[in-house]
Amino acid sequence: MTTRHINAAPPALRSQQARQLLLTLVGWAVALTIFFPILWMVLTGFKTETAAIADPSFIFSPTLESYQAVNARSGYARFALNSVAVAFGSTFLALLIAIPCAYAMAFLPTRRTKGTLLWMLSTKMLPPVGVLVPIYLIFRDVGLLDTRTGLILIYTLMNLPIVVWMLYTFFKDMPRDILEAGRMDGASTFQEVFYLLLPLTMPGIASTGLLSVILSWNEAFWSLNLTTSKAAPLTAYIASFSSPEGLFWAKLSAASTMAIAPILVLGWMTQKQMVRGLTFGAVK
Amino acid sequence: MTRTRASGRTVGGLRTLSLQAPAVTLLLLWMVVPLGMTIWFSFQYYNLLMPGMSGFAGAENYEYLLTDPALWKAMGNTLLLVGWVLAITVGGGILLAVLFQQEFAGRGIARVLAISPFFVMPTVSALVWKNMMMHPSNGVLAWLANTLGLPAMDWFSTLPLTSIVIIVAWQWLPFALLILLTAMQSLDEDQVEAARMDGAGPIAIFFFITLPHLKRAISVVIMIEMIFLLTIFAEIFVTTSGGPGLATTNLAYLIYMRALLDFDVGIASAGGVMAIILANIVAIFLVRMVARNLEE
Repeated sequence: MTTRHINAAPPALRSQQARQLLLTLVGWAVALTIFFPILWMVLTGFKTETAAIADPSFIFSPTLESYQAVNARSGYARFALNSVAVAFGSTFLALLIAIPCAYAMAFLPTRRTKGTLLWMLSTKMLPPVGVLVPIYLIFRDVGLLDTRTGLILIYTLMNLPIVVWMLYTFFKDMPRDILEAGRMDGASTFQEVFYLLLPLTMPGIASTGLLSVILSWNEAFWSLNLTTSKAAPLTAYIASFSSPEGLFWAKLSAASTMAIAPILVLGWMTQKQMVRGLTFGAVK
Repeated sequence: MTRTRASGRTVGGLRTLSLQAPAVTLLLLWMVVPLGMTIWFSFQYYNLLMPGMSGFAGAENYEYLLTDPALWKAMGNTLLLVGWVLAITVGGGILLAVLFQQEFAGRGIARVLAISPFFVMPTVSALVWKNMMMHPSNGVLAWLANTLGLPAMDWFSTLPLTSIVIIVAWQWLPFALLILLTAMQSLDEDQVEAARMDGAGPIAIFFFITLPHLKRAISVVIMIEMIFLLTIFAEIFVTTSGGPGLATTNLAYLIYMRALLDFDVGIASAGGVMAIILANIVAIFLVRMVARNLEE
């Protein structure tokens, strides 16, 4: 990056500066344009309903009334709680099942390991809509429709391949000598995993978990089709604003802002690992 | 230790198997049971509203589906949606990745802002666009058009599919940017510098160095997006419900209508089988590519 400037002859310095300024302007203009709908939504959440549908304006007296209304009237907390329970429940389960599997694949590979990994990836290619009917009927028959347990189950299975893959790539990056040394000192497999592997790969496990939380939190096919009210998470709750009689922009914005804020922050924190997980290690 | 080594194949193999068993079994069930049921239902007369009617239907569900004009409309919409969103997100993603690779003041924050839409849940982005952006009288776009002296447009009734394309592209452009930006970081700066010394301009460098370097990342983006875009659902569900008419009904939404609105399990399942076949054509290429990567 810095080498570029060495070649610039002194007369070119001014044009270099002009280029830099232009680049900064274009870069920020593009970024703000892309971000604008989110920014606008956040601002609208602090407006009154009348101001929300008035001519667009950045100048208004902010109010919290929409936030209060959303919390008081529609029971926002219940939906948020469903989202938290479902996202964290499914992530916990997926990690629990995936850690032993990824451990075995990374440290005790057999000839079949590669095939198994690819097969797991291929289960992710099954379009949810292709199995909507059987899942709906099974859920209806065993009483899992509109329950958190049902959604947790689906999301665990949905994210399991990605979680295994990500953990596998993190485990593989860990120096094997440390585990060998532990084994030399007489550590059992259990001790090896709990006292060496897990603490050493904690950052990787954490970002895998975060990715799984993000994906479950934002999932909107199963949540819309398998829940109605009791277990409905935020994705389904926000969808209820689509009916014409529910058209309150300020309240929609306040509710949406609360629904996306935590995930937006998590997303910003984990972008790098996200790439690894979403592309199955094909892009690093 | 040495004992395990000597008989490593069997002992290790057994341990590997038992450790992997829960994950593999669950995924196998998750794949085989619903898939088997979908295929089975697709050959049955099965409508939840007509409990008396049942039995083997042969290829009748498929016949009905394939001769239904709605299917072809939905297929066309699916392909248009996928095609346009891919063109916008991949083309735009490459340009944005080049832009955000340049050094400028506040680049880190600008990047974070630009990738943000990807983390917004689909129902939120669809409703924010439908109401606050594209609303024919109070939306930001209508206001912008009025300010510029242009007539405001009723997006969802004049250009329904285009509106959906815009929303979905807004969500997936950041994904393409994120992946391509990551791939860009492994670009060999010395190679770029050498090319520049040899008198290559920025455009030549882009076409002969940057683009070839991004080739693999671009194909990964295309394939992953295809798998998700083939079955876009929530964005249509909360904005147009597939309308007006069938203007924004894609394959996923059609199956949903047949299954949970008409309760025709047989026909919905036949549609499901077709969606699976469509997705698998794409999937084969993606899996092959990842496999090649795994060798390295």
